[in-house]
Amino acid sequence: MSWVTKTLNSTLGKKLLMALTGLFLILFLVVHLVGNLQLLLPDEGEAFNKYAESMATNPFIRVVSIGNFAFILLHVIYSILLTRHNRKSRPIGYAESAASTNSTWSSRNMGILGTVILIFLLVHLKGFYYEIKFGEMPFIDYEGVSYKNVFAIVAAAYSNVLYVAFYVVCMGFLAFHLSHGFASAFQTLGLNHVKYSPLIKKVGIGFSILVPTLFALIPVVMYIQSL
Amino acid sequence: MQLTLKIWRQKNASDKGGFVTYPVKDVSKDMSFLEMLDVLNEGLIEKGEDPVHFDHDCREGICGTCSLYINGKPHGPLQTTTCQLHMRSFSDGQTITIEPWRAKAFPIVKDLVVNRSAFDRIIQAGGYVSVGTGGVPDANEIPIPKNIADLAMDAAQCIGCGACVAACKNASAMLFTSAKISQLALLPQGQVERKTRAEKMVAQMDAEGFGACTNTGACEAECPKGISITNIARMNREYFSAVLSSENI
Repeated sequence: MSWVTKTLNSTLGKKLLMALTGLFLILFLVVHLVGNLQLLLPDEGEAFNKYAESMATNPFIRVVSIGNFAFILLHVIYSILLTRHNRKSRPIGYAESAASTNSTWSSRNMGILGTVILIFLLVHLKGFYYEIKFGEMPFIDYEGVSYKNVFAIVAAAYSNVLYVAFYVVCMGFLAFHLSHGFASAFQTLGLNHVKYSPLIKKVGIGFSILVPTLFALIPVVMYIQSL
Repeated sequence: MQLTLKIWRQKNASDKGGFVTYPVKDVSKDMSFLEMLDVLNEGLIEKGEDPVHFDHDCREGICGTCSLYINGKPHGPLQTTTCQLHMRSFSDGQTITIEPWRAKAFPIVKDLVVNRSAFDRIIQAGGYVSVGTGGVPDANEIPIPKNIADLAMDAAQCIGCGACVAACKNASAMLFTSAKISQLALLPQGQVERKTRAEKMVAQMDAEGFGACTNTGACEAECPKGISITNIARMNREYFSAVLSSENI
């Protein structure tokens, strides 16, 4: 085994990959949110459709998008590897546990939270990414140029109350996942410092509330608009 | 006080084991937890039964030998060692569940006694200074800033009891290993073997079958010596910078 594979196969190496991919996905959430918030502009989707077109054609975005999928996959694979390793480390559990007195619920249940987020992601990718890329799409003209009307697909999906409810609930799970994951990633990278760690923790909590709330707001507002 | 004890009994490493319930009477609230178990064992010996086996040595909170998982927490409800826990922390008529440390790397020897040699092997892998350090130097001959000395001494407080492993949902030994890496990495005497030490001790920790860290902070919350998880972050820095820059392939 080379020193690289040896390092990445160590418990610390696996955690490093979780932290780095996690931080990238956190960054992706911000970019995705900023784009999606254009759905709420009062222009019947013009800005959003033009944005969607540029995202689909920009070569830089396409490369980053492949990286994004790879990082999601790595994050999932390494979480499974780590969970299996951790389970094996305690083959017989305790009869009684007072874990709630020494740690937060979300920190102990990142796997469950992550699984729900993965299910959400699959539904989300099937509903939008796959449909937009490979499905039959309506088109719309702006200044004589034809664009895929992604806004129409999104608006149709968000007129379904069950779909909206599913989105909102899943964003709740994302919030709890981020509430631990954000600061945890910095700790794993070794970035624990008396000056910065309190700030990182506060930003993490703020991020975990703000970003999922704004994401959840989009389907809710669009559902109300559809009534 | 009258108590009901639900204690894990297991004849040997290969026995399946199970809980046995014992009522104990006439417990004073001023007794230490181990003295209460002594009372139970005296009764068992008088009846000709096998006493409950548990690890203990100094009973002063400095040796790290006692290791009981009491009501779902290592060392019980207080952040101290089991020997420094007193019965006043419990109420009359309470049922107390006593389990051994649970970890693949800490196999059960008998009843509540577990084999913690895995910790010794982690230390043997690199938790020492092997270069000649000469005789006792004069005070302040080697300048060490006060804050650095404090951090090293804080890490060196670890008594290796294993409560961190017991508390961790992953049975991870990162708090222990990181404290042992930190106490030497922070001091000038530890610099010569700094990189190799971090690499070898982490490798040994993994080889023993301890889990990975989820940063839940349970270890820090339960550590009787208050070892901070900032040590785990330091270990991560030490390890990653060591593997990136050492000559060890």
